[in-house]
Amino acid sequence: MGLLKSSIGRKFAMAISALFLMVFLLQHFAINLTSIFPNEGKTFNALSHFMGTNPIVQYAIQPILLIGVIFHFVMGFVLEAKNWSARKISYAKNNGGANSTWMSRNMIWSGLAILAFMVLHFIDFWFPEMNTKFIQGDWSGLHNGELRYFEELQHKFLSPARVVAYVVAFVFLALHLLHGFNSAFQSVGANNKYTKGLKTFSKIYAIGIPVGFIIIALFHHFNH
Amino acid sequence: MNLTLKIWRQKNASDKGKMVDYKISDISEHMSFLEMMDVLNEQIINLGDEPVAFDHDCREGICGMCSMYINGEAHGPDRGVTTCQLHMRSFKDGDTITIEPFRAAAFPVIKDLVVDRSSFERIQQSGGYISVNTSGNTQDANAIPISKEAADKAMDAATCIGCGACVATCKNSSAMLFVGAKVSQYALLPQGQVEATDRVLNMVAQMDAEGFGNCTNTGACEVECPKGISLENIARMNTEFLKASLKG
Repeated sequence: MGLLKSSIGRKFAMAISALFLMVFLLQHFAINLTSIFPNEGKTFNALSHFMGTNPIVQYAIQPILLIGVIFHFVMGFVLEAKNWSARKISYAKNNGGANSTWMSRNMIWSGLAILAFMVLHFIDFWFPEMNTKFIQGDWSGLHNGELRYFEELQHKFLSPARVVAYVVAFVFLALHLLHGFNSAFQSVGANNKYTKGLKTFSKIYAIGIPVGFIIIALFHHFNH
Repeated sequence: MNLTLKIWRQKNASDKGKMVDYKISDISEHMSFLEMMDVLNEQIINLGDEPVAFDHDCREGICGMCSMYINGEAHGPDRGVTTCQLHMRSFKDGDTITIEPFRAAAFPVIKDLVVDRSSFERIQQSGGYISVNTSGNTQDANAIPISKEAADKAMDAATCIGCGACVATCKNSSAMLFVGAKVSQYALLPQGQVEATDRVLNMVAQMDAEGFGNCTNTGACEVECPKGISLENIARMNTEFLKASLKG
């Protein structure tokens, strides 16, 4: 734990948790994408049921993911507070746009927007799911004799307000990832001949994944 | 050209300080920024007031002494230059120029635009050296084979003049570009290997103890660095630090 007391150790931990969350996001996106397949949610239901009932996912991966999410947010706030205290008097005039991107200077704000979204997302899906399985003890995944996941998803995206909230949140996620993806690699010491290619890939990921989530939300809103 | 200068004035380290406006006229576009400051100070002295204190020494971009945050950027709007290499041709007649000291908790203001950068010296003292026997039997450094690529990268890192623009520019007041350069210049060379583990651990520990912020990879330091020190050096320091931490 001594490593986490150093500035570089904390950077490294932030980067590792970020890389882990980015892998999770890709997996989440891949499963959600199946919800727009033209088979009335059969693939989505099957995958969701597997993820929702598999003991390795539920008892091993899910707690790690939860810890990863909490760690990333808490460490982000801790580092931000430390960084603010490193300059007690602000500049009267600061031209940050001359040397860095808006995204890189505002990770805390895009992060807070994502946190707000996650509270909504947890209320929408995760808390009810935990209630059904761990409190009510219903692991069948069934509602009226059919797998319920696809119908629950469609139902949530009926509300225009919720769709707007999701779209705005995914825009902030894209802004966060546009800086965060490359930044994570730099933090773990990867700045080499592959960096240029990685930057291109990071842009594809940072824009492609959130746009994909937006398309899925809009698809269900307008196709129900 | 005629200019309005908004300059941070602070009598001493404990004074609260404030921005003060000055008008200055007949400034040649061929003057360096520091020469313009000299003209301003003559004007202030002739009025019987205290001249603006600012750091300077070689005035040819190599000593790292001059500082100043000019119009929201360390060393002003030009790239790859120190304040002493900045010329008035970079400004227009009628401009208002805001001049502030480098701001960081680890760079406290001593007076006006002069800040205390001795935190950099303490970081250097904690590990920015190699131990060489200089009793007369010192091995010729050129006798040790070093690849061209490593030598070039080490030299690039060693061009850091320790001016502190990276800290001043960074939104987190992080010193990681400076420390990354100092760690890299030795990490890339065989002479630096003997003390490599202690060096990076001690320099990073000292950097943290001085109260510098954490790097968030905005890249602003690299852009504003008068010597073009690359972010690659921070990545290298991170790797060196992790290797050293695991080694203990």
